[in-house]
Amino acid sequence: MPEIQQLTYGGAVNAALRRVLTEIPETLLYGEDVAKPGGVFGVTRGLEREFGARVFDTPISESAILGSALGAAMLGRRPIVEIMWADFSLVALDQIVNQIANARYISRGTVGAPLVIRTQQGTGPGACAQHSQCLEAFFLHTPGLRVVMPSTAQDAFDAVLTATYSDDPVLVVENRNLYLGAKTDVVIEGLPLPMGGSVLRRTGEHVTVLSWGSMTRRAEAAADAAVEQGITADVIEARWLNPFDLAAVLTSVRRTGRLIVMHEANVTGGFGGEVLAQVAESGVPLKAPPMRLGLPDIRVPAAPALAGAVVPDADTVYEAILKLAGS
Amino acid sequence: MTSPRRSQLLDDYTAMLRIRLFEEKVRDLRLAGDIVGSVHLCIGQEAGPVGACSTLRREDAVFATYRGHGWAIARGVPLEPLFAELLGRQSGICGGRAGSAYFTAPQFGFYGENSIVGAGAPIALGAALAGRHDGTDRVALTVFGDGAMNQGAVHEALNFASAFKLPVVFVCENNIWSELTPIADMVGQPELWKRAAGYGMRGHRLDGNDPAIVREYVDDAVEYARDGAGPVLLELMTERLVGHYIGDAEQYRRPGEVDEAKSREPLVRIRAALIADGASEDEITHAAENVAQEILLAATGALAAPEADPATVKEHLYA
Repeated sequence: MPEIQQLTYGGAVNAALRRVLTEIPETLLYGEDVAKPGGVFGVTRGLEREFGARVFDTPISESAILGSALGAAMLGRRPIVEIMWADFSLVALDQIVNQIANARYISRGTVGAPLVIRTQQGTGPGACAQHSQCLEAFFLHTPGLRVVMPSTAQDAFDAVLTATYSDDPVLVVENRNLYLGAKTDVVIEGLPLPMGGSVLRRTGEHVTVLSWGSMTRRAEAAADAAVEQGITADVIEARWLNPFDLAAVLTSVRRTGRLIVMHEANVTGGFGGEVLAQVAESGVPLKAPPMRLGLPDIRVPAAPALAGAVVPDADTVYEAILKLAGS
Repeated sequence: MTSPRRSQLLDDYTAMLRIRLFEEKVRDLRLAGDIVGSVHLCIGQEAGPVGACSTLRREDAVFATYRGHGWAIARGVPLEPLFAELLGRQSGICGGRAGSAYFTAPQFGFYGENSIVGAGAPIALGAALAGRHDGTDRVALTVFGDGAMNQGAVHEALNFASAFKLPVVFVCENNIWSELTPIADMVGQPELWKRAAGYGMRGHRLDGNDPAIVREYVDDAVEYARDGAGPVLLELMTERLVGHYIGDAEQYRRPGEVDEAKSREPLVRIRAALIADGASEDEITHAAENVAQEILLAATGALAAPEADPATVKEHLYA
């Protein structure tokens, strides 16, 4: 029997970090407040005590954190660095886009950037506009980077494990609203999973709902509610966004003929638009125009009453499912 | 019998001339259209790389800028693959993917040029950090221009290195011009080396046109860093004798400025030092002819090589 632990999402990230720090002596874990304080969300708690100098706190210097991760990776280390909020990556986008993403390609593989950038994003009550953005599209627009957005404890564990064993630079985009959810069974043994792939969370006939990150829970709830109306939906979660599992989406859409893509990020320039384009290019016939659900093109307000008016929720996708199924 | 001093002078002369003639050949090839795109020459700034790299070990890591041809050559990157890189040939050191301004040759301890001003400094931190964990006592040397001192990334790197006493030597080549604007107009304190004190690290300003002086300071800094005492900031005062890039009309420069600079540039000075030390014109000319021949062979070889193969363009994006 594989070893199973009851873990929260945040606990699963911690367990995965503990495992890679144990198994891979080249790993380093660092970032703002990750070592002695154990991370602002407690995700890295206890790791410095266990692994000593390989786990350390840094100045509040995102360029130095990310740049040094690249340099260390070029010289044989496997750094895992934390950018406390995805919004903070914008301070140092140069190191991600101009530096990290280029290293392997420009050198023809003479050097690579086997590093992991852990960050978290998502809207949450009271977080200000600079702590609420969902920025995965920035990274998906950058060839050379891998992007994974786990939404369950097991997926979070697997994402960190696969990312750290990968020779590519990987962004693990976590979601702080998920850190403290219920504990669930997490298999913490076994080989790292291959990179990529999606998961079918619900199966249905009438509509395909593709989602990722914390929106997946809302898509599942909406699909469950729609059953009472006689409408069933495939809910596909793209755990990995690069590589992206287009084949799974096409397989589903071929059957349902109807597609909704739902993400927490802004609609314009969001990855949902790219998915719709790829589906259109595939030539799979659709029975109804596809839909994108996401944050309308607006800044994120702090007050819950305001944020609630724009962030897509289960009702949003429920209504979309019914509307699309009826058309 | 050549004295050790004369021998060193000749070595430095040869090494600097190799860079100078490489750059002059690159300029010719660029003007002839064989090389395309942005090219930033280091003509006039050869003493920095030659003096600094002569004290480094193979395992040390150098991070340079788009004005980095000289640093690569001083690290021992062979000339033909360098020419080939600039010419977009398959045999280029990066197969033509990097061009003049962004090539890398880690097999020679040259971890790359960088076309984003100041971006190499944070990356160098990581090379030093790796050395702390991999059992080497590697030193990272990152070089950037005076303009880069006004980049946030460089500030972050200086502080990060000092906070953790990382073995990083920060080399600022101050050629007076922050691209096309005088650095003195862009700072409140034009003596850039003085910032070191604010970071709690050692700093020095030195004559960057004399390879012997550069060697002495870099050697001290490298030893200090390798011993775990922390990073050092060196400000090398130099002058570029050419534009910021090939094609720069240099209208921003004072009439006569470049001519004055030519009277104190590294090669003029080292030739004078060689003569003063008793070297003969023949000896100097002979050394120069050898270098010229080396450049000609490398450039000819690179020009004859096939262009980069489009069939390979998608390779190596991912592992």
